[in-house]
Amino acid sequence: MKVSEIVQAAGLEVKTATNHLDTEITGGYAGDLLSAVMASAKEGNVWVTWHVHPNIVAVAVLVKLAAIVVVSGRELEEETVRKAEEEGIPILVSRLLTFETVGRLHGLGISGPK
Amino acid sequence: MVEKARFTRIQELVYQMKTDEVMTRHIVTVTSETFMSELRGILRDNRIAGTPVMSEGQMVGIISVEDFINWLAEGAVGATVAERMTRDVKVIYPDESLVHVVSKLDQYGFGRFPVVEREGGKLLGVITKGDIIEGLLHKLEIGFHEEEMRHYRASHIFEDLIADRTTLIFQYRVIGNNFNKAGSGASRLKKTLGRLGVDPRVLRRIAIIAYEAEMNLVIYTNGGEILAKVESGSITIEARDDGPGIPDVERALTPGYSTAADWVRELGFGAGMGLCNIRECADQMKLDSVVGEGTRLEARISSGVKFK
Repeated sequence: MKVSEIVQAAGLEVKTATNHLDTEITGGYAGDLLSAVMASAKEGNVWVTWHVHPNIVAVAVLVKLAAIVVVSGRELEEETVRKAEEEGIPILVSRLLTFETVGRLHGLGISGPK
Repeated sequence: MVEKARFTRIQELVYQMKTDEVMTRHIVTVTSETFMSELRGILRDNRIAGTPVMSEGQMVGIISVEDFINWLAEGAVGATVAERMTRDVKVIYPDESLVHVVSKLDQYGFGRFPVVEREGGKLLGVITKGDIIEGLLHKLEIGFHEEEMRHYRASHIFEDLIADRTTLIFQYRVIGNNFNKAGSGASRLKKTLGRLGVDPRVLRRIAIIAYEAEMNLVIYTNGGEILAKVESGSITIEARDDGPGIPDVERALTPGYSTAADWVRELGFGAGMGLCNIRECADQMKLDSVVGEGTRLEARISSGVKFK
């Protein structure tokens, strides 16, 4: 399943890197401890997080994530948007809380890193 | 893996490339008054299997080897091209993508299409399956050369540099307490090593080590530097700072132990996993710290270090 496909299916809003939605999703990871994301998320995963600061982009670049899903309809910091555009990392915003967001993504067939 | 990449690249190109990139522009045409008996020579001399038929500057039809063979089979009675040509000509516009052309060739079973201007219908050229294949191969070849050159510039560096031992050092400055810039050193290092052709699995380990080390400098110190020493069989990441130093190194290495301030934890940092992550990713790790003087962390990766 591609990033572009979950946008509609999970009701997400694309905030950055609209031309990088073609990546195939390999799985998903949810969590707000950046070290844990670094250690456990796999290349091509979507990462569900509550954070909106610029460092989420650095994490996404380093572990080559397919996209970041920000929950609770949070407003992204300006610097985060700028960095994400520069690095080509799509940030998708969900109106739902983490639990519901993950549930929807899982329902679409995305499972945790193996 | 490579096969697959190539295949998808071709699919991508077929969608991307337009007719005017591959069509033949200098085309031979015949007029409607040309005799069928002359056609064979024209087709043979120009090594083509068909060609548009013109009359008073307008394309009026298309004639092919197949028409010629049918004419022969029916006794080769004296005739002009106008009498044997296909009048209902299907055309292609120069901005149509190749995938369109391929499907039209299939659909009609034709060998070629005249390419005409969208407005005015002026004949611009002809496109055949051969043109498409040649165009794709050419584009692939260019891509291949570019890739090859890029690899050459970077990954053969250890063979090209003549020395008994070669070490490349990359240095990144880290500013303390600046979370906006945090991670940029690790990102830049990862890009650089990627260009050197470092194996992706090793690259991931290095990225994690460098990021965690960088975050430690940002969170706990007034800044410092990250160094990467790259040799042909190993890569060493070093993080140095001028203090405050770690009072209890052993405790600092305990998973989950952290002295980070609450506001730092709220940002998702300071979970007490950084040094553990580094230790997991490195083949060897050394941590020296003197309170009031500074800390020096060295993480070495010696397994799987390859440049391709």
